[in-house]
Amino acid sequence: MTRLFLTILTFGALMSSQAFAFCGFYVSKADTKLFNKASKVVLARADDRTVITMANDFQGDAKDFAIVVPVPSVITKSQVNVAENRIIDHLDAYTAPRLVEYFDSNPCQQMHMEMMMRAATLSDGGANESVMGLAKRAKSLGVTIEEEYTVGEYDIVVLSAKQSDGLLTFLNQEGYKLPEGAEKVLGSYIKQDMKFFLAKVNLDAFEKSGFTYLRPLQVAYEHKKFMLPIRLGTLNASGPQDIILFTLTKKGRVEPSNYRTVKIPSNENVPLFVENEFGEFYKSMFDTAVEQEDMKAMFLEYAWDMGWCDPCAADPLANEDLKTLGVWWLNAPAAKQPGPVPLPGQPRIMPVPQGGQDVFVTRLHARYTAETFPEDIALQETSDRENFQGRYVMQHPYTGVAECSGADDYYAQLPERFEKEAKYLANITGWDINDIRSKMQKNGQSFDMKAKKDPRPWWERLWANGDDE
Amino acid sequence: MYRIAINLKDARYYQIATLGLLFVFQLIFSDFGSDLKVLSVTLFGAILGQYCAQKYFSLPVLDLKSPLITSLSLTLLLKTNFIWIYFLAALLAMASKFLIRIGNKHIFNPANIAIVALLLIAPYYVWISPGQWGSAVWFGFGLMCFAGLVLGHATRIDTALFFLTSYVGLLLGRALWLGDPLDIAMHQMQSGALLIFTFFMITDPKTTPDHRFGRFLFTFAVALIGFSLQFSFQIREGLFYALAIVCIIRPIIDWLLVHERFEWVTHKQKP
Repeated sequence: MTRLFLTILTFGALMSSQAFAFCGFYVSKADTKLFNKASKVVLARADDRTVITMANDFQGDAKDFAIVVPVPSVITKSQVNVAENRIIDHLDAYTAPRLVEYFDSNPCQQMHMEMMMRAATLSDGGANESVMGLAKRAKSLGVTIEEEYTVGEYDIVVLSAKQSDGLLTFLNQEGYKLPEGAEKVLGSYIKQDMKFFLAKVNLDAFEKSGFTYLRPLQVAYEHKKFMLPIRLGTLNASGPQDIILFTLTKKGRVEPSNYRTVKIPSNENVPLFVENEFGEFYKSMFDTAVEQEDMKAMFLEYAWDMGWCDPCAADPLANEDLKTLGVWWLNAPAAKQPGPVPLPGQPRIMPVPQGGQDVFVTRLHARYTAETFPEDIALQETSDRENFQGRYVMQHPYTGVAECSGADDYYAQLPERFEKEAKYLANITGWDINDIRSKMQKNGQSFDMKAKKDPRPWWERLWANGDDE
Repeated sequence: MYRIAINLKDARYYQIATLGLLFVFQLIFSDFGSDLKVLSVTLFGAILGQYCAQKYFSLPVLDLKSPLITSLSLTLLLKTNFIWIYFLAALLAMASKFLIRIGNKHIFNPANIAIVALLLIAPYYVWISPGQWGSAVWFGFGLMCFAGLVLGHATRIDTALFFLTSYVGLLLGRALWLGDPLDIAMHQMQSGALLIFTFFMITDPKTTPDHRFGRFLFTFAVALIGFSLQFSFQIREGLFYALAIVCIIRPIIDWLLVHERFEWVTHKQKP
C-alpha cells in the first residue's frame, strides 16, 4: 500500500491586491510572467491523516494555470477532490481579525453595551497527446508517469523521477516554465522520495463545470510528515509572499517547529476611525509586525475551538463543511447550521453547543522570502487549547447630555485615553501619530470633549412636559 | 542542620546565570513563554523533591543548584496549559535523580527524563516548542553557554563539543546529500531548544560516561538517534527521546571504559 508522504506546496492568498493564491509554484504555460504573492491553505489533520485544501485565486487565463506540488507518494484519483471557494471563504471570515465596538455609557448612569462589528474579511478577495507517447518520452528521461486523471476542472499527472535534470527536461518539454534554481530543489525532493503532483486546467471540463473561477484542489494522504513545502514557491517569487495557513486539528493549536511563532497585536483599544479603514489598518499592522520580526516568524492570528466564538466574525463552520475540509474524526450526528447567527448589536456570543466537536482551528500567517524562510515549514500540533484572536476594540465616548460631578471626571480622562489609543495605533501600524490625531478629531474623538449640558434653565427642565408643543 | 555552600568554581553557577537570563529574555520577548508563577511552582516542586530525598537518604548539604537548573530547564522547555504539571514534572525529575541509579550515578538527566515521561504519558497535556528563539538570541545565548562552561572549568566541555560536532555534521551531511543550500542546515541549528539541550542536558556530567572516548560514543549515539527520529520519523522532540534512550545504555559504556568518576566541586570534603 502506498504511504503518502505529502509535501504540500505553498499556496494561498491574501491582503495583496494582486493576490493570486496558489502561489506554491506557478509555472506558466505561456511566457506570461506570473508572480506569487499570497496563498491560502487549509490543513485538516489527526493521527497522520491529512487533507490539504489549496485555495486557488488565480486571476489569469485558466489555460495558463499550472502547478507542480511535491507530494510524498503516488496520489490516486480518489485521493483528490475539488471543493468550493465558499468553504475557505467561510473559514477565512470565521478566523479573520475582528473589530468590536463598545459605547461608553452615560457617566452619570454606569452601564455598558457592547456591539460587535462584523470583521473585515481580508481576502478580496493543452493539446492532448497520446498517453503512450508521453509515457515513453518520460521514461527516456527517467521520469515515470504514476497516475494521470482528471478531477473536476483539473488535469492531474503524478510523476516520480530518478534525476532532477531528467525531470526538469520533461517538465520543460511539457511547457512548464520552471524558475531558475528549480533543479536543485527538485533534486532534494527526489532524494526525499517525493513524487510530483502536476495540475493544469482542463478547459472543456472547466467550461462544463459552469464555474467562473478555479475551485480549490484537495488532496488526502496519510503520512507522518506534517509540513508545508514552501521552497519551490520561493523560487519564482518576485519578492516576499504571504501564506495564510488554516489548520483543523483534534488536540490543539498548531505551530511551526522550526520558526518562531508570534501573536499578532490584539485586544487593545484603537481609534474610532479605524472602522473606516480596517483593511488598511490590518495590512499596516501586519507589515509592522513582520518588520519587527525581520520576516522570520509566523504570526498567530486565531486559535480557537471550532465549537464557538466570542465575538463571532462569522458562524462556526457546519459539520458537513468541516468534513469536506478533511475533518474525518467528526462522527457525531451532523448538526445542521450551528447555533444562532450573531447580529450586530447583539451582546456577546455565547458558546454554540453543536458545531465542530473536537476541532481546533489555528490560523497562521507568514510573510517570507527564500532568505528568511530557507527551509520548508515543519509543523507540530501542540496540546495548547488556549484561545487567541486578533481583536481590536473601538470604544465610543459618551456624547449625550451628562450633568453630574462624575461627568467632568469622565471627560477629563478622555484625552489621555484617546492619546493612548493614538500611540498604540502609531506603534503597531507605523502610521504618523499627527495624522492619527487629526483623523481622530474628525471622527468623533476630539481631544477637548466636554460634558454636554442641557441648555435649558433648570426650571424648564423641571416642567418640561412638552406643553409648548 | 543543612548548610548551603558556595564555590564559584562550580560551573553550575554559570549555568544558572545563563538559564536565568534566558528565562528573563523569554519573559519579555516570547508570546508563549513561561512566567514567574510557572518558575515558582516548578522550583517549589524541585526543591521539595530534593529536600525529601536528601532527608530520606540523610545527605547533609541541601543542594539547591541542581533543583534550580532543572526547574529553569523545565520552565524553558516544557509547555502546558496546566500549572500543576510543572510541579509534577519537577517532582518526577528529582525523584528520577535519587531513585533511578546504578553504581552511585543517576541514569537520566532529571529535566530530560521528566520531559520525556510527560510527553509519553500525557501527550494531550504537554508539548515542547523548539522554534521559539530568534537567531540573534541564539548566537548570543550559544556564546554565553560556551563561556559559562569555560569559566566554570567544567571538565565536560568536550561533551558539548562532541555532541555539537556530531549533530551539526549530520545536518550538514544531510544538506550536502540533498543538494540543499547550507542555509538550511544553519537554520536547523538555530534552535534555542538545541542549545539548552546541548549545554544543560547532555553535558550533565553525572549522567555522561566517565571516560572521554565513552563520552564521544555517547554523544554521537544521541546525535544519530535524535537526528533519525527528527528527520526519518518526524518526531520533533527526537533529541530528548534520544538522550533518554542512550542514558539507559550509559552504564554499559562506563562498565566497559572505566575511568575516574566525576564529582561536582562544591565544598571541602570532610576527611
